[in-house]
Amino acid sequence: MQADEVNLKKRAESAAEKKAAFGEDFELEKFGEASKVSKPVEDLQVLDEESKKTLLQVGVIPSGEGRAGSLLMLDNAISHSSLKDESVELTSTKKALEKHEWLKDYFWKLVPVDADKYTAKTYLEDADGYFIRAPAGRKSALPVQTCLLLGSKKVSQTVHNIVIVEEEAQLDIITGCTTKKGVEEGLHLGISEMYVKKGATLNFTMIHNWAEQIGVRPRTVVHVEEGGTFISNYICLKPVRSVQTYPTVRLEGKGAVARLNTIAIAHPGSELDLGSKALFNAPGTRAELISRTITTGGKVIARGEMIGNAKGAKGHLECKGLVLSEKGSQRAIPILEANVDDIELTHEAAVGKIAKDQVEYLMARGLSEEEAVGMIVRGFLDVGIRGIPEELRSEIEDTITQTALGM
Amino acid sequence: MLKIEDLTVEVNGKTLLRDVNLEVKKGYTNVLFGPNGAGKSALMRTIMGFSEYKVVKGRILFNGEDITGLPVDERARRGLGIMMQRPPDMSGIKLRDLVKAVSKEKKDPEKLAENLDMKRFLDRDVNVGFSGGEIKRSELLQLAAQNPSLYLLDEPESGVDLVSIEQVGKTIRELLEDGLECPGERCTRGKSALIITHTGQILDYVQADRGYILCSGTIMCSGNPLKLLEEIKSKGYEECIKCKLMR
Repeated sequence: MQADEVNLKKRAESAAEKKAAFGEDFELEKFGEASKVSKPVEDLQVLDEESKKTLLQVGVIPSGEGRAGSLLMLDNAISHSSLKDESVELTSTKKALEKHEWLKDYFWKLVPVDADKYTAKTYLEDADGYFIRAPAGRKSALPVQTCLLLGSKKVSQTVHNIVIVEEEAQLDIITGCTTKKGVEEGLHLGISEMYVKKGATLNFTMIHNWAEQIGVRPRTVVHVEEGGTFISNYICLKPVRSVQTYPTVRLEGKGAVARLNTIAIAHPGSELDLGSKALFNAPGTRAELISRTITTGGKVIARGEMIGNAKGAKGHLECKGLVLSEKGSQRAIPILEANVDDIELTHEAAVGKIAKDQVEYLMARGLSEEEAVGMIVRGFLDVGIRGIPEELRSEIEDTITQTALGM
Repeated sequence: MLKIEDLTVEVNGKTLLRDVNLEVKKGYTNVLFGPNGAGKSALMRTIMGFSEYKVVKGRILFNGEDITGLPVDERARRGLGIMMQRPPDMSGIKLRDLVKAVSKEKKDPEKLAENLDMKRFLDRDVNVGFSGGEIKRSELLQLAAQNPSLYLLDEPESGVDLVSIEQVGKTIRELLEDGLECPGERCTRGKSALIITHTGQILDYVQADRGYILCSGTIMCSGNPLKLLEEIKSKGYEECIKCKLMR
């Protein structure tokens, strides 16, 4: 074992009991370890109908049509990986580490192993995950799709993903995180380290579709170099017990750009602690963090943080929350910090019920109250998903409509 | 068609309208004059049924039915349609989708928008960043999709530039005429309207049948709209108030 690894191990072990800064504390020992082996699935189309439906609901197309490649992780095992577009590399993190000596320079370099007990556990379990790399200059709008599927009851799934977009390359990823039907209780711990190099673009769409007793603790850090662009769309519309996530984008190169959109619905019994953070560490960097959340009875905490450390940084943070039920709660916590002059960081936060004048405006056109509210809610969330792939929109809009009308 | 009887209206406990009586007959276009703050918009919004406006006395009859207690959408379904002066920003709702929903998917938004030169606004969020004239045209586009039998138009000419006013005026005329040119036919099958106007400019485009003057929440006078406008222009509203007091 090399010195680096010994050091990491020590740090992870020391953090094994460390509570996370935010969110409900899950007792890890209450969950079994998810299986690291599973029967390989040669073709996602041979999965049973129920599983295929589960995949489709998170934007993962079993036929792989219109996708550059597909990867399925079931519990803790990569059970499928296939490529249609050879210009991109898609494999499991472990296989990639065996193949590329240099990958260790990207491994646990952004997310600290000792951030909390969830990162520590993921390290100590030597978790697998997806590795996606777009070589320099690759241009293709065909997205790579990955699905992280929790397939067994009362286990914890640990995932470690690494994404590298080399210089001037473009990469689109759709990730669907979900549970097999009948798996109502479990834990998902997911580390994602993403590198967007000079002039490159990463467009990352993540759809969460969990079940009522699932705890979710993603830990994501993105490193963006000069002229690079990172776009993230995070969508979480179905019931879940608790999601706590605070993806951080480090804008490390001149003119790097980040845009993070979040749309989420907190159902009764759900606690969504969703944040996003941008660090402006190079001149002329820009970021936009937009969150649109709705509660129909659950708890939402929308965090947003922008820290300006270099001149010419410009950022806007927007947290808007709708309360559609007396039992729900919305808390918006925007944080802006300027550590040099010549910085422009702004925020706009608003929480509350749907404006009556808007509802009545639509009603005056002959729409029923229900139709009016549905339209406003769809419109409210739509602002947060304008950047997502077109084919995912209708599924998302249907879910939104159902939720809006079913409240 | 529309009959308002002894209507007294409050907003947040403050009386805005007192004992208002007014009528719009089938096929008639009536105008409502009055200074700023007289309660013209409040009257119109009360007729439409916006919940902020509490009717404490009197009633509103529409085609013989008492609609005083009906919610906004029920009134819209019975044939009332309003052009608001300051409609709310509808962030996230595209004009195209609203027009579609309002016409119950029966009318093509592109076609309707073409007449109003609003095609390039179809994919914009309703009212967000619209100029004064654009708001009017957007409201008219929605009304064209809605096809009400009674139009409530709140200052259609305000904040509109000279070129747009021509377009707005003509569109209103077309909507009100509804393909019927004969005044006799209008009285049996045509559209009706109540139009608030400050300047009377809209009267260059639509033929008004009757005018009302509203001051301090009360109807002061009614009569031939063009004559009333002349009086107001030469003597101002003060005279109307004095005149009423002397009667």
